[in-house]
Amino acid sequence: MADKHILQIKNLSVAFTQYEQGLRQMELNVIQNLHVSVREGELVAVVGSSGSGKSLLAHAILGILPYNCQAEGNIWFEDELLSSERIAALRGRKIELVPQSVTYLDPLEKVGRQVRRERNQESVRKKQEALFDFYKLPLSTGELYPFELSGGMARRVLLTTAMMENPRLLIADEPTPGLHLEAAKKALRHFRTFADQGNGVLLITHDLELALEVADRIAVFYAGTTVEEAPVADFQSVDTLRHPYTKALWRALPQHGFHPFPGNQPYAKDMPQGCPFGPRCPQLTPECEGPIPEQTIRFGTVRCIHAE
Amino acid sequence: MILEANGISFGYKRGIKLLDNVQLTLESHERVGLVAPSGFGKTTLCQILSGYIKPASGQVLLDGKAIYTMKGYCPVQMIWQHPEKSVNPRLRLKDILAEGDEIEERVIAGLGIERDWFQRFPRELSGGELQRFCIARALGKRTKFLIADEISTMLDLITQSQIWTFLLEEVHARNIGLIVVTHSQTLMERIATRQVILAQPE
Repeated sequence: MADKHILQIKNLSVAFTQYEQGLRQMELNVIQNLHVSVREGELVAVVGSSGSGKSLLAHAILGILPYNCQAEGNIWFEDELLSSERIAALRGRKIELVPQSVTYLDPLEKVGRQVRRERNQESVRKKQEALFDFYKLPLSTGELYPFELSGGMARRVLLTTAMMENPRLLIADEPTPGLHLEAAKKALRHFRTFADQGNGVLLITHDLELALEVADRIAVFYAGTTVEEAPVADFQSVDTLRHPYTKALWRALPQHGFHPFPGNQPYAKDMPQGCPFGPRCPQLTPECEGPIPEQTIRFGTVRCIHAE
Repeated sequence: MILEANGISFGYKRGIKLLDNVQLTLESHERVGLVAPSGFGKTTLCQILSGYIKPASGQVLLDGKAIYTMKGYCPVQMIWQHPEKSVNPRLRLKDILAEGDEIEERVIAGLGIERDWFQRFPRELSGGELQRFCIARALGKRTKFLIADEISTMLDLITQSQIWTFLLEEVHARNIGLIVVTHSQTLMERIATRQVILAQPE
């Protein structure tokens, strides 16, 4: 596949301003120095646990963070550095969010109208019908209200909504929670097809097993940053992985030993110096408390000074 | 002990049966996996088995005694899929833990619950941390059967294996029977000693 980037994120940091006691303000860094890129034809999965701030990543790319939240860093879309005005112009057109659930639809409007975004021109209708057909939704679905849809139908309706504007990049935020394996794989297959047409997909999920099924590359997200970015093939064996956290994740898979690695992810407010994984790491040395540069090893990147 | 579901039928809408004559027997030493696609009534069956809802017909028997007629602490405890929805948001976590049946220190330590979480409210903890409290709460002194309904879907792999490793040791040591629902086939194979497939509802 061509090496053209659709999305490139460099040094993204997101911080919340919170009131600690009374009027004293506190900056809470939820995401630090994050790098992710999506090339043409690629499906990249960002895998991290709940509460690690990965939904904020999606919101930061789309420029829809809450008011007490500041993002820093650079985002390029098709080699164009994005400003907040440019993001506002692109989102919903070239960059689309596929949200988690049917609650993102307006409960008081028929889904057909929502998919068309209240437009009624012949061309828009044609497009909607073609997409419904593509996702195997009966045309009569357009006349239903969101509460009348089953979970699987709702997901396809959300996908249709995203596809109406011919996007180049889909950002899918936890698209499969609670779905059984077959249904989840089916949902992900749509993303795969979309990527194979030369577009990009950024899949944000906590489910590594599922991500391994469809993604080209996996970015492992830990305590607000990507500790490793690796091609999917590297996940076949623990020896080809680079970061100790990724290795611990791999060993925790039920089919690879189900090994319970001790410890918890640190909170944003008591983040350790240097490497965020340091306190839990078996390879910890004093140098780990210094800056941890990103290194490229075997077509993947890693943030660990002991990686090889 | 033996937990027995006898001819359970249940439906939410008039005329539509979700569960039809379900039969299930489980002994204390067993870990049974419940398998079915979404919408087949797995969670509903879990709720019936743990006495949250009464079936339209059929009975749940614990050593031959119907659980709906029992008074006091229910020996069949259920752990829910969404921890944030199964705790009172206005209680501190120490009070949520006190809702259980004299939770032992060993359980609290084994689940990796930290002392300074006790004074917090549920929204101040992540899903994984909250789920540890929900599991501890269900592991009271008089618990004889445990029903785990997708309890680790929202957790990362490491937290998942931490929690399950403890839970498997605990149910083994105390001879607690376990029913587990999960969509992950690999996890199911790791945990369940036997799998039961729930038939398609009509």
